[in-house]
Amino acid sequence: MSLLEVSNTTMQFGGLKCVNDLTFRMEENELVGLIGPNGAGKTTVFNLVTGVYRQTAGTIRFQGKSVSGHRPYKITGRGIARTFQNIRLFGSLSVFDNVRTACNMHLRHGISHALFRGRGFHEEEDEIGKSVMELLEIFGLAAMRDRPGNSLPYGDQRRLEIVRALATRPKLLLLDEPAAGMNSSEKERLMQLIRFTKEKFRLSILLVEHDMKVVMGICERIIVLDYGSKIAEGPPEEIRHNPQVIAAYLGKEAA
Amino acid sequence: MRHPKSLLFIALALCAGASFFTGGINPYYYDILITIGINIILAVSLNLVTGYTGQFSLGHAGFMAVGAYSSAWITLTFGFVLGTSLPAAGSVYLLALFGGGLAAAAAGLLVGVPSLRLRGDYLAIVTLGFSEIIKGVIQNAEPLGAQRGLGGMVQHTNFFWTYAIVALSIYGILTLVHSTYGSGFLAVRDDEIAAESMGINTTKYKVLAFVIGAFMAGVAGGLYAHFKQFIHPEGFNFLKSVDIVVMVILGGMGSTAGVCLAAVILTILPEFLRTVSDYTWLPGPVRDLAENRMILYSLLLIILMLTRPQGLFGKLHFIRSKKS
Repeated sequence: MSLLEVSNTTMQFGGLKCVNDLTFRMEENELVGLIGPNGAGKTTVFNLVTGVYRQTAGTIRFQGKSVSGHRPYKITGRGIARTFQNIRLFGSLSVFDNVRTACNMHLRHGISHALFRGRGFHEEEDEIGKSVMELLEIFGLAAMRDRPGNSLPYGDQRRLEIVRALATRPKLLLLDEPAAGMNSSEKERLMQLIRFTKEKFRLSILLVEHDMKVVMGICERIIVLDYGSKIAEGPPEEIRHNPQVIAAYLGKEAA
Repeated sequence: MRHPKSLLFIALALCAGASFFTGGINPYYYDILITIGINIILAVSLNLVTGYTGQFSLGHAGFMAVGAYSSAWITLTFGFVLGTSLPAAGSVYLLALFGGGLAAAAAGLLVGVPSLRLRGDYLAIVTLGFSEIIKGVIQNAEPLGAQRGLGGMVQHTNFFWTYAIVALSIYGILTLVHSTYGSGFLAVRDDEIAAESMGINTTKYKVLAFVIGAFMAGVAGGLYAHFKQFIHPEGFNFLKSVDIVVMVILGGMGSTAGVCLAAVILTILPEFLRTVSDYTWLPGPVRDLAENRMILYSLLLIILMLTRPQGLFGKLHFIRSKKS
């Protein structure tokens, strides 16, 4: 059983097929890149897997069970977390609270517990606080814990988004263009961070990225989309020389 | 905020202590004092909906009306079922406050549901419409006095009950939004899509905010009904809702301390302006302006909003939960 199975999935907006009969699998502890020219449907794939959209045809299974028709928060609860192409932090909340919020779904107790603060309330809050600080320390954000999320530098905001996603304890992490807007040294650090995250938390990562250096540098397998259809799949070396991929990016003449 | 519960008990004890000294107070000041308390409850509860959860509501007076009329109906109907002694009638009164709150919470549930599909101005209009419907229903309900209003309630509301409930409301809201559970409200406000993908059931939180906010407004309505001893549908009109919204915006969205302060200021200010024209040491034009106190009141609001658009305490919530 694969971790994620997307089979014959199509997403149609009116007459436009953003994703067309797409099939791919992801195994556990795998780092897969999803690339393609602008408008190829990469983010739509993310939105389908996380339940923001519902596919018009096909099935998406996570750990053998279908995710279609479930609300995004339920799907997150089953172990899929994501970051966003255009950063979506909780801007007015502190760095600490941004991450703490992602622990919300793991709470063992409900609203009465928060109101009456009975036995075990502080233990649970302390536990959460500790795990949040651990995560922040691992990613070097502990010193900024009290700063509002939207006051961080751009690179730190990207990192905080990853930390926040990790706090939901995912088995599959979807990263939507994490290198966007970064310079080459920042990209270098990001690549290390992604590799480290995968090993440390033993999870699978699906990476959407435009930057070929990043994708080719860290992905074990790459899936290429063009106009919503998969045109190639394989290890980076193979993708680099695939004539169809080159044609999709550079046009027929170049191929 | 490690021991909010002990703070609550201290506050309740202070209320009880202070209530011994309110007996001889000038009735006019006493009226203002109680009104301040009721307005704090209203403002703090709307702040949960608008300030913390980001759902703009213009219908808070509607919830207050539901609570006021429900609790008044309960005490008028069952007031002396348990006997005419003060403890007996008093416990019916407390049950009536609770019942009024529950009725308002049910109305909050009804309004919370459209909030799942609407946001911003559209939601504001729906909530406004809803509170007008409530007013319309009351205006035509013969058992509730219709256009004549409803009177005859015993004045059970006193300093202690008002401020005990103020303390409970502030405690409830603060403990909620400072807990990990309550961080869901703030997440919904800041970014709904991100909140949902962090595993937060945004539907639940939005409806919950409306239900809790409406419950508190309903209790405030009950306090009001049993203080003024007469309620009229026009007392819960659009302007009352706007008054509460102004308190929240002026105090600073999502700052409970600021909102409380704004409720105090905005209750006292119009009363204070009544007396300004009597101060002979003030220059003539100022006194003339003060004659039209609502103009001065509006002017002060405009100046405040121009100089502090984020509200009096608008930035405070950035430094919260250093240690939860």
